[in-house]
Amino acid sequence: MHIYSSHVLVCSGTSCTSKKSPELIKKLEEGIKRKKLDEKIQVITTSCFGLCAEGPIVVVYPEGAIYSNVTLNDIDEIINEHLVKGRIVKRLLSGNNEGNNSYESADFFKKQVRIALRNCGVINPEIIEEYIAYDGYQALGKVLTTMTPEQVIDKVLDSGLRGRGGAGFPTGRKWLFAANAKGDKKYVCCNADEGDPGAFMDRSILEGDPHSIIEAMAIAAYGIGSDQGYIYVRAEYPIAVKRLNIAIDQAKELGLLGDKIFGTDFSFNLELRLGAGAFVCGEETALMTSIEGKRGEPRPRPPFPANKGLFQKPTILNNVETLSNIPIIILKGADWFKTIGTKKSPGTKVFAIGGKINNTGLVEIPMGTTLREVIYDIGGGIPNGKKFKAAQTGGPSGGCIPTEHLDVPIEYDTLIELGSMMGSGGLIIMDEDNCMVDIAKFFLEFSVDESCGKCPPCRIGTKRMYGILKRITEGKGEEGDIETLEELAETIQAAALCGLGKTSPNPVLSTLRYFRHEYEEHIVNKKCSAGVCKELLDYIIIPNDCMGCTKCIKVCPTKAITGKIKEPHIIDQEECIKCGACLEACPFGAIIRK
Amino acid sequence: MSKKCQCGEDKICQLDKVIKEHKDMAGALIPVLHKAQKIFGYLPMAVQKQISEGLDISLAEIYGVVTFYSEFSTEPKGKYQINVCLGTACYVKGANDILDQFKKQLKIDVGQTTSDNKFSMNACRCVGACGLAPVVTINEEVYGKLVADDVKEILEKYLD
Ligand SMILES: Cc1cc2nc3c(=O)[nH]c(=O)nc-3n(C[C@H](O)[C@H](O)[C@H](O)COP(=O)(O)O)c2cc1C
Ligand code: FES
Repeated sequence: MHIYSSHVLVCSGTSCTSKKSPELIKKLEEGIKRKKLDEKIQVITTSCFGLCAEGPIVVVYPEGAIYSNVTLNDIDEIINEHLVKGRIVKRLLSGNNEGNNSYESADFFKKQVRIALRNCGVINPEIIEEYIAYDGYQALGKVLTTMTPEQVIDKVLDSGLRGRGGAGFPTGRKWLFAANAKGDKKYVCCNADEGDPGAFMDRSILEGDPHSIIEAMAIAAYGIGSDQGYIYVRAEYPIAVKRLNIAIDQAKELGLLGDKIFGTDFSFNLELRLGAGAFVCGEETALMTSIEGKRGEPRPRPPFPANKGLFQKPTILNNVETLSNIPIIILKGADWFKTIGTKKSPGTKVFAIGGKINNTGLVEIPMGTTLREVIYDIGGGIPNGKKFKAAQTGGPSGGCIPTEHLDVPIEYDTLIELGSMMGSGGLIIMDEDNCMVDIAKFFLEFSVDESCGKCPPCRIGTKRMYGILKRITEGKGEEGDIETLEELAETIQAAALCGLGKTSPNPVLSTLRYFRHEYEEHIVNKKCSAGVCKELLDYIIIPNDCMGCTKCIKVCPTKAITGKIKEPHIIDQEECIKCGACLEACPFGAIIRK
Repeated sequence: MSKKCQCGEDKICQLDKVIKEHKDMAGALIPVLHKAQKIFGYLPMAVQKQISEGLDISLAEIYGVVTFYSEFSTEPKGKYQINVCLGTACYVKGANDILDQFKKQLKIDVGQTTSDNKFSMNACRCVGACGLAPVVTINEEVYGKLVADDVKEILEKYLD
């Protein structure tokens, strides 16, 4: 085997690809060849390091120097300085990384424990041999040749692994139900529909380590006695789809999928199914209906999928991140896994931190880490000296967590106590410039759009709630609105058919719980102090900046502006209809919205 | 490679081939619709009929599926499909202002196509590039960290 003295890793995940990382790779390879270093230095196409906002990312080993925001013009310098002369290009280093030891020492990575993301940014996801070199398919081999299906399920049960797709249901229990169900045919499905807007860890795993999902599904199939699997993946993720297809073909070629795997009697085939842009298809029964080729509407439970799932056969469905934990649990053992995280929620969770935070990106932390650590130590705090207001978890099913709960350890149960939920791991940070009523309205609008329409509480109820919120943000809120919202929320929670409906009032309830004063301010004072709700803002002329040009007076449709030429003008707030025409007309920027 | 079509109706032939390949697959409808949309660009009634006959599924059921999923369209789309992400990460970073700017520049609303069939505009929920929020995709191209002033410049690239 050829040994290289240096490796240059270039990210080819979605974010970095969009910032032209493939061209960087080409230029690096050409440059290295020109310097006749291609015997010593290898360029490796990897996937996401998690530092998406600073992309494209290039990491040079053995130093572990992380270069961020690399452009084509920087490549010659990296080659001439770093690769030829061994001098790190300080100018391009990301954040606080000194570049003199491994990249794990950078602030962003220090508190992370990478289990689900263990291979992301490390291996080339399009080469199966690289996965195998990192212990890939060893767990499957171990399971098939040395363990019984019962032992496999016991091990997963014992590890305490809980579903990372949202609800946190113990994975081993789910497998056990399906294993015990009677049926000539059983299915293993992977939920790669990643519907939570603002979460992209599943995408990263699929793009960066697709084989780990294939391996885990084969292990699950052996455990429950299935020979057929489906991966249901969003059509919006073209790179993930491409890499999964490559991975499935490669696994088939090496006999790691298909008939008589590892020379045993176990056979397993895997098919990819593309979603078609319906959020509700992330719900387990809707997902199965969709694979069957129908409208992706949820079904009432019971019967539960473990007994009657896909094509009415016993089925298990697991999330991508859940599955990516499986091979390593098999190899390193349940006891090892339980040393990480908390007693009730062992292991790690990947979060996609976004919104008003300095380091946006993907982070994997042990369960039990506090929100404060994630936001301030890993995330680098709030940009532009603004004040933190709330963190949103759980997407449209979740809620907002305010400052006073920043020190709560993150695990399934604590988040539910706070009126939010783990969800799939979207973590959106909001600062003082975000209006909480507006955010609640945003999520309700999402639920209205995505409600499949099958059950009335969700179809009609969410629409009613959205209507009230919209009125409030337009300054037409009335006394009693808050109570009506609460009443509707209660009904929807109790009566909706599936998780989408049942959880859709959560964003409203949680913002009411912590930010009721903002609702009251909107309803009673007709004010939005965050300055978001346009209809509640006043247009004001700053006297010092106004030159008295009369342009605004001419465009105002209600004649609300008065003033003499070359003297500061004034807007009569009673007459103003907040059309914004004056603001656009003012050549001096003297009109502001407040 | 596939043989040159004899009937002169190249696309219809292609679809026929797709239908034949999928005929025995469980739950074939949605994969076939994906491929049909790729071939035709959208799913007009004639295409739905052809699929209905080929897969032996009622037209009503096919129509029901096509209209359920937002990915499928019964109207032709513009040459460049603009998707403005209104996912949470993008929303809190001002994606609405970006959307307003596109509306203003193109003089169309969400879900519409410009009269020269050049641009269609849609709002979508998270393309998984949240680190770059706010994000817009035009066909396969991803544009990130946008401010409203960037919109004009981006559109100019497509005006050849
Ligand atoms: C409306 C709705 C949307 C959902 N979307 C997703 C999703 O996008 N991805 C996911 O893994 N689970 C999603 N879930 C949860 C799934 O129903 C299911 O619980 C999960 O995939 C099970 O896998 P796990 O046990 O490994 O977490 C959603 C649930 C609901 C009610
Ligand atoms: S929220 Fe816009 S890319 Fe994720």
